[in-house]
Formats: sequence, structure tokens, C-alpha cells
Amino acid sequence: MSLLQVNNLNISYPTRKETIVASKDVEFNLERGEILGIVGESGSGKSTIANAIINLIDPPGEITGGSIKIDDNELRSNEDVIQKYRGKKIGFVFQDPQTSLNPLFKIKDQLIETIQTHLDLDYQEALKKSIRLLEEVGIDNAEERIEDYPHQFSGGMRQRVVIALAISCEPDLIIADEPTTALDVSIQYQILELLKDLTKKRNLGVIIITHDMGVIAETTNKVIVMRYGVIVEQGDTKELLTNPKSTEARSLVISVPPTNKKIDRFKLISPDGKEITSDSKNLTKNIIKTWGVRENKNQKLLELSEVTKIFDEQTMASSFRFGSKNDTNDKAVKAVNDVSFELYEGETLGLVGESGSGKSTIAKIITGLVRPTNGEIFYNNLSLYNSKRKYQIENSRGQIQMIFQDPYSSLNPRFKVRDIIAEPIKLFQKNISKSELIQNTHDLIDIVGMTRQSLDRYPHEFSGGQRQRISIARALATRPRLLVCDEPTSALDVSIQAQILNLLKDIQDELHLTMLFISHDLPVIRQMCNRIVVLKNGSVCETKESEELFNAPDHPYTQELIRLMPKIESIV
Amino acid sequence: MLKKTYNKIYDTDIGYSFFNSKIAITSSVILLIIFLCSVFAGIVAPYNPFDPASVSLMDAFTPPAWSEGGNPSFVLGTDQQGRDMFSTMIYGSRISLIVGFASIIFAMVLGVFLGVTSGYIGGRYEIVVMRLTDVQLTIPSILMALLVNGIAKSIISQSMHSEMAIYVLIFAIGISEWPQFARVSRASTLVEKNKEYVSASRIIGLSNIIIMFKHILPNILRPLLVIATIGLALAIITESTLSFLGVGVPPTTPSLGTLIRFGNSFLFSGEWWITFFPAIFLIILALSINLLGDWMRDALNPKLKIR
Amino acid sequence: MFGYFLKRLLQAILVMIVVAFVSFSLFNFVGDPIISLTGEDSSIERQAEVREALGLNDPIYIQFTKFLGNVIQGDFGISYQLKREVSDLIAERMPATLELVFVSALLAIVIGVILGVYTGIHRDSFVSNIILVISLAGVSLPTFIIGIMLIYLFSVILGVLPSFGRGEVVDLGFWTTGFLTVSGLKALILPSVTLSLFQMTYVIRLVRAEMMEILQTDYIKFAKARGIQKNVVNYKHALKNGLIPVITITGINIGTLIAFSIITETVFQWPGMGLLFINAVYFVDIPIMSAYMIMVAFIFVMINFIVDITYYFIDPRIRIKDEMS
Repeated sequence: MSLLQVNNLNISYPTRKETIVASKDVEFNLERGEILGIVGESGSGKSTIANAIINLIDPPGEITGGSIKIDDNELRSNEDVIQKYRGKKIGFVFQDPQTSLNPLFKIKDQLIETIQTHLDLDYQEALKKSIRLLEEVGIDNAEERIEDYPHQFSGGMRQRVVIALAISCEPDLIIADEPTTALDVSIQYQILELLKDLTKKRNLGVIIITHDMGVIAETTNKVIVMRYGVIVEQGDTKELLTNPKSTEARSLVISVPPTNKKIDRFKLISPDGKEITSDSKNLTKNIIKTWGVRENKNQKLLELSEVTKIFDEQTMASSFRFGSKNDTNDKAVKAVNDVSFELYEGETLGLVGESGSGKSTIAKIITGLVRPTNGEIFYNNLSLYNSKRKYQIENSRGQIQMIFQDPYSSLNPRFKVRDIIAEPIKLFQKNISKSELIQNTHDLIDIVGMTRQSLDRYPHEFSGGQRQRISIARALATRPRLLVCDEPTSALDVSIQAQILNLLKDIQDELHLTMLFISHDLPVIRQMCNRIVVLKNGSVCETKESEELFNAPDHPYTQELIRLMPKIESIV
Repeated sequence: MLKKTYNKIYDTDIGYSFFNSKIAITSSVILLIIFLCSVFAGIVAPYNPFDPASVSLMDAFTPPAWSEGGNPSFVLGTDQQGRDMFSTMIYGSRISLIVGFASIIFAMVLGVFLGVTSGYIGGRYEIVVMRLTDVQLTIPSILMALLVNGIAKSIISQSMHSEMAIYVLIFAIGISEWPQFARVSRASTLVEKNKEYVSASRIIGLSNIIIMFKHILPNILRPLLVIATIGLALAIITESTLSFLGVGVPPTTPSLGTLIRFGNSFLFSGEWWITFFPAIFLIILALSINLLGDWMRDALNPKLKIR
Repeated sequence: MFGYFLKRLLQAILVMIVVAFVSFSLFNFVGDPIISLTGEDSSIERQAEVREALGLNDPIYIQFTKFLGNVIQGDFGISYQLKREVSDLIAERMPATLELVFVSALLAIVIGVILGVYTGIHRDSFVSNIILVISLAGVSLPTFIIGIMLIYLFSVILGVLPSFGRGEVVDLGFWTTGFLTVSGLKALILPSVTLSLFQMTYVIRLVRAEMMEILQTDYIKFAKARGIQKNVVNYKHALKNGLIPVITITGINIGTLIAFSIITETVFQWPGMGLLFINAVYFVDIPIMSAYMIMVAFIFVMINFIVDITYYFIDPRIRIKDEMS
């Protein structure tokens, strides 16, 4: 008898236009002591399955068929049983620790309430148990911290609290929906170790839903690959990752950036199962004609010298303060601390670090979105900020462009794609003729691999990957020399990421671009960059050639990051 | 071609919601009728009640046509001066609508401008505007309108009162309504400002004005539209309240509120229709606008999932 | 903690000074107080005398300081129209308005919150829809129309409730109250219902919107996932979060009620400050207008201050932020 047995599960979402099938004939089981991973790209239905097990699918979705059994007890269409099982037999962990806890209740109250709902303990006993639970999930000073409110915990700590709540009533099954996606690599490692630990100690069955293949490799025993609501392959993790059979699984595995070597282009699997190296069509030579031939003379293109940025909290008093701007109050945050590095023509420099490392702030300083508090930034030996700390856009004139992280907010939803791309062209070439404008726009949309029909559509009609392509086209419209890429693929599925990264490499080669590539994802950085700057809490830890960094890192922080990053190769 | 446009609109989420909501369609139709009637008052109304030649005291206090003593040429009866109720209502609604629309447009232009610029520019400017908004928001619009009205009256000389009254009223109500536009547009601007398409525009080098009004503004129109609609209803009610209290439009160009005031004195002596019909008209007007605004709020809210 | 309070207190005082200044400007620069006091055809000498006597030839800051001094002592000058001390007029009328506002506020908030929570939790029930339709009517009906309709129904047709005045009041020295007599209480019913209706519907809609939004948050979903019963989730978890904006609303509520009492007092001939004010506007009686402005601003500012303090004790996020700095 399995702990969890799912048979023929069918879930659909009736909308006014059509009925969307969220999951079709899904079948799998889970034993105690096993960790099952459900992986798939966005829209594959993995979260829906998890929600279905505890019957908390968002309406209008509903389960239309199949059975869900826990220890041979049928859960489906039995609201009373499910109500009893929630929390008691099944524990759930949500993705975002920021929003999972009620901000108005102390941790103590939330724990005790959960415990007393399912177990027959009085207040004191529940309190003692709560403290022990917090210790078990690794929170120091549990007796004091239990009196705190959620916002007094950091992200990783909060997730531990969430896990404590999930296991508080001794469940047998834990379902974790993207439990570490919102956390830093080092925290992620700890949380996953905690889950593995608890599985062993308490003999639990655990389902982890994720899109990260490295997590699957390092944490799970079995894995299910889903696509469009259907299970395309399932089996033993090691087996599936070394020898994937279905197109989808092969595509997932092959697109993962290798952590142990450098490759030229990411491999992809085309829809009919063949391996291809690049899917961008031959780049039009037109654009090279209009841009003119460029040479990389290996000059220094960008230089940062002792750049510091301090964020002061904006209060009424501080705005009206007439004193020196260097007076800081204790609410100040030093986001960037004395950072210096150089960037040479033609190379790709990577900035890598976890949240709070300052990498995004540096990108914003270079592009003029944020003013530095101290330090100098030179582009082509011209200072980008004058003595009054005002951005001298004339000195860079469209030569520095940026690609952003979130494809859903980087395009103005009210503009057609054509206008999004044409606007910067018109700004820089005020007297451009209509036909030339159209030609330029066409060239740009061609170069990013999208059809000309896309020009007359609106952003919301496109997927995340396609939107990033449009963003790239827009960035290229001003004929930049330096392209700053701020986590350009962090929000994309792994196979789409491979396509976009290949595209960026192709464009860089064809147009002789220099790139500043920012990411928290070490394997991606390794593949994309020649040199790497490692940042922590606003300061530079070390700067090295990328292969040297990965093979022989100097700084202990770098060593730690490399050690902790989830590696798909670990299982092979 | 009409059918093609209909299909295109029906396909959008809003269009679908509209054509499937009996409430939305009914209120829109009612509003359209009222609007057209007041624009074409000269044609729709059987009489011009403000033309002394067509009014005779002999006809005063005629009850509605269906009751005893009624006169079919005055369908809804006449008031104390012999004016036809139906006609006075049509002309009155015209005044109410003019003041309502004008004050809301004034409030919207002022409020949105201040809101968007303060949200985008930030700094001391934003703080000052915010405080001003906060302080004014604690003062109810009626009070604000009354105060501004009172102050304006004492500044303008007695003789100009009648002429300027409508402009003063529009100004007063507009001033009392701008803060909510400012607050919502500032909040929306702050949200949009953090979106990456704004950063991209800044990096490209577009001027701040273009970013504010060509890029950000179109994206914040939805909640503003809802507030404008509900604000319109509020403006009309405020105007009628002020007129009822005697400090609104001058009696020579009465609005619905003024008419209700006139009729109030006769309510208890039996001539109920003089107050009743303008009151019902006003209620229908306000109700339709509110229903439309309500539907709009639900239809344009991305957070409320479609059931 | 005291830092937080002190900051709020200072802000309040600042606002009051600004209001006082506006009020003061009304006095001096709008219209001619001299003419109003001495009459349109008084002699130039007489006007000069009065001007000197009133200290109108002194520099502005001296006048303003004197003005402030007077205001703090409760001296608002003399009504142009009624020729009486404004402070006396206000003292006479204030209890009437405050009692009316108090009862209306109670009605609006209590009933508003209960119905708002109910319609927020039971989104699509038949009862909820009825409540919502009625609430829509409340927003669309101008207060004065409601008043007239109620009078017509209960006084003219049914004859059970009075249509004007406060009924019998008991004089407690500094306060006259209508709470202690049957006729006083009867007289309160129609005006307070009229006054509270608009606010009540506003509260219902607001609370409903809040509840609906909260019920879709992650932490509510997590609570359900932990097996906590629906009723506990709705009435303990969701409600606590939902009540926070109600507190701000209460503050603004009372302010709006005071404003709308002007209308209600006019319709019901209720002898309160509102009626006094509306007549002042009509006759351009500056002293009463400016006094009313200051009084009302004072009440608003005080209420906001109390709201801020209450917030501090209810929302732990504000408390912690303050303690950490």
C-alpha cells in the first residue's frame, strides 16, 4: 500500500471561451521515505496537481475525474476527509515565504493554533512542542524568537517557519511547491538539506515541485516530467537524467547549463526530437550595412572606480535637510561599497552574487537610472557623472543599453511591438525617412528571430521568451556598443533560456558587442562570460577569468557558492 | 462593418462583460437617453420654462395629467409659477450634467497632473503634494465646496454673483474632488515607475514628460475611469445638495437640486409632484451612473478572478 | 513610542496653525469687516475709529498672534449678522451636532462593518446581493432626498416621528442632551438614520472589498492548507487583517458625518452647528465661517491623531519599525 496513489487524475478550468485542460490522466505513486520531484516548464500543470491533492485548486478549476488515495483512503469528493487530512496527514509548503504568513499574528500563535486544531494538547504542551519544532527546523533562540512577528524574520528563516508549520501535526506527506525558488543559493541548499533530513528522520513522503533540474538531481529519488498537463516521462531520477527518453525530458536535461565545463552554444532539442545547436536563423547582413563595420580594438570601454551607493530612507525630515548630503542616518543601506572593475571591448564580463550583492544597483548606475554616492564611472574615458552627480547622457549617447529580467513588465502593454522598437530609432535619427524606419524595424525583428507579423501585435500576445526577444530588438535599436544584461533569463524556462542565451551570443558575435552580464546563476555565468566579478553585500570578493574562477577560486565566499550550487552532474 | 466592430469589442474581456451584464447595458441606455434629452432640450421639452412669455400663473399648481384636475398639456403637472414640470426637469438636468461633467473634468485634469508628476518626480515636490492631498482628503467634499463657495462669494462683488455662480460652483466642486484623482494616479504612477519599460525608456533617453504622459499615463487610465464615473455621480449629488441648500446655482438657471428645494415647501401642503419628479429624476441619474461605475470597477479589476 | 506620538502631535499642531492662518486671512482680506460691522454708509471717521479699535492697523504677525491668542481662549469675535459672541453661539449648538454625529457614526460603523464582512465572505449569496443593491441606493441617494422621503413617510403619512427639532432636551449646564427624554430620542431617529445611510453604504463597500482581497492572499490559503476550519479562517484570520483600514475609515467617517450634518440639520431644522454655518455662508458672516472652520479642523485633527495612536497599537509592523530605529 503506497502512501499516496494518484490514478487518472483529470483537472480542467472552464473559461468563457473554452475549457482548458490543466491535467490529463495523471498517474503516479509515492512511498514513505521517498522524495518525488515534479518538474516541467511553466504551464505544465505541476502546481495544479499539488493543489488538487489537498483540494485547494483556485476556482473555476475543478477535478473532473480520477482518484487520489492516501494509505488507501479515497480523498476525492470527500470534503470531510480532506479537511481532516489537511495539516494532519498532509503538510503543504508554498513558494513565497513573504506572503505565506499572516503578518498580524505572532509565530507562536500561528503554531499553537495549528497544533491545537489537530492534536489534543493544552496550551502549555502546544507551546513546548512549537518551540521544539522551531529548533528542529534550525531556528536558534527558538524560545525568544517564537514571540516575534513574521516580518522580523529573513526570507530563509521564514521558510523554515513555514516548514515548521507544515510538519507541526506530524503529517506523513509533505508537498512543497517551489519551496526554494525565491531564496538565495546558500539558503536554498540549507532548506533542501532540511527537507532531506526530515524525510529520513520522520519517514515522510515528500513531493517537491520545481523547474530547477539541479534541485531535482540533488534532492529527489524519483521524478515526473510534465508538459501541458500530461506526464511525459517518469522514473528513477538518476535513470531519467542520464538517459531521458521523451523529447520534453531530453530538452530539459540538455538545456541545463553545465556546471563543470564551458560550451560554446547551448544545445537544444527541436520539437521533432533532433538535437540542434542554435535556432536563430541566419542573421541578416542588412543590419551590419547600416551599422557599419565595427572593430574590437580591445580598448577599455567601461571603467568603474571606487563606486559606492548608499540608499537613504526618504523621510520628510531628510528631504528638507539642508546640510551635507553625506550625512547618513542609521537607516542607510550601503548597496554598493567601493566597487572597481574594468570592461574591455568585445568581452563579456559577468557580475555574480546573491540578493543584496549590489549587482543590479551597479547596472542601474552604469545606465544612469541610479546616481552613485561616490566614485567615478568612465565610458570610453569620458566621465558618466559630472560633479553634481548628474548623468551625462551625451557621453554615452545610446551606446549603453540594457535588457531586463522581467519579460512581463519590460514592454509597455499599450504600445504595439512596432512602436516599441521604432521609438528609440526615431529619437536618435530625428529625420529618418519613413521607409528607412520601416527597414530598420524589420531588420531588428529579423535579427532576434521573430516574424514581421509580430510587429503589429501587442506584448500580451507573446510568451516570456518572445518578449525578451522584443526587448533585445529594442535595445539594439540605438546601435549600442555595450549591452548590460540584468538577469535576462532568470524568469524563463530552462529551454527558452538556452534559446535566448544562444541568441545573445550570436548577436554579440555578429555585431561586435561588449556585454556586462548579471546573474545569480553560476552555471549560466560560466557559460556566458570571459571574466567574472564576484560580489557580496556590495563589495567585490574577487575578479577572475571564468574558467580559472571555477577551477580554482580564491575567495572563501566564491568557494562556498560553487560548492552549494545545485549541479545536475552530481547524479550522473 | 458594424457587426465586425461589435464582434471585435465582444471578444475583449470588457466587451464581453458589458454585453452580458444587463445592469451595465440598462444604465448606459438610460444615461444616453438623459444625456441626449438634455443636449437637445429645446426639441425634447414641450415648453421653455424660462421664457416668461410661455409661462402663466394661471397654470400654477396643476397636478399630473393622470390625477384629478390634471391637464394633458402638462404631463407631469406644473409648479408654483406655472412652469411645466417635465420641461423644467429637462432643463434642470442639463444644468446638473454641465456642472457635474465640468467639475469632474477640472478635478481630473488637475488631480491627474499633480498625481502623475508627484509620483514620477518624487522628492520634496512629491511630499508637499502628498501632504496637501492628505489634508484635503480629511475634509469632506461638501464642506470644501461650501467653504470655497462662501469665500468666492465674499470676494466677488454682489452684482457679479449670478453670472459667476456656475463657474464658482464648478471650481468649488472640482477643487473638492481633485485629491482622490491625485492619490490614485500617484499610487499607480509609483507602480508603473518601477516597471522595467519605464527604465528602458529612461535609458533610451526619452524626456521625462514623454515618459510620464505618453508611456505611463495610458497604463493608469483604468482605475481613473472608475473613479471618474463614481466621482461624476458624487459631483452631481454635491451640486444638487448645494443648490438645495441655496448656495448652488442661481435660481434663474435652476438645477434639479434647486427644483427640489422649490418644491419642498409645498410637499406638506399636498402639491407633492413639484418635489417628487425632480427627485426621482435625480435618483435615476445618480443610480445609473453609480451602477455603471460599479460594473466598471469589477470589469476593470485584474485582481478579481472571473467566476 | 513617544517619538512616534510626538511626531504626530507636532504635525497636528502644524496643521492647526495653517488652518488658523487661513481662517485669519478670511477675516482680514476677504470682504471688509469694518463695513460689515459699522454698516455700508458709515462715515470715514467712524470706520477709522473702529479700525484702530480692532487693531487692524498693526502689522500682520501681531494681528495673527492676537488672533491665535483669542482662538485658544475661545474668543472668535462677534457674528456680523446675529450680533452675538460667536463662541456663545457655537457652545449652544455644539451638543446638538455632536449627539447627532455620535449616534450616526455608531450606526454607520457597526452596521456597516457587520454587513461588509458578511457580504465579503459570502460573496455570491442572495442575501449579499440584496444588501449590495440597497447599499448602492444609499450611495446614489443624496442625503437631503433621503431626509425628505423619511419625513414624508414617517411624519406626514404615518405621523409617528417628528419632522423637525430636537424634542425635549435636558440642560446639564454646559451640555444639553436629548438622550434622556423620550421625545428627544424620537427626534434623533430620523436625522441619524438619514445621516448615517451614506456613510454606512460606503463602509459596507469598503469592508467588502477588503475582505474579498484578503481572502485571496497566500496566508489565508496556507491557513486552509493547514486544516484550520473555514469559520476560524474567515472570522479570525481574515477579519483581523480586514479591520485595519476600517480604523482609518472611522476617522474620516466622523469628519464626513460632521460635514453632512449640515445638510441633515437643514432638512430637519436641527439646531446644531451645521445650520449655523449654512446661514453664515448665505449671509457671508465671516466670523462664524472662520470659527466653524477652526472648530471642525480641530475635531478632524484630533480624530486623526487618535486614529494614528490606535494604529500603533493594532498593527505590529508599525510598532516594530519604530522600536527598531
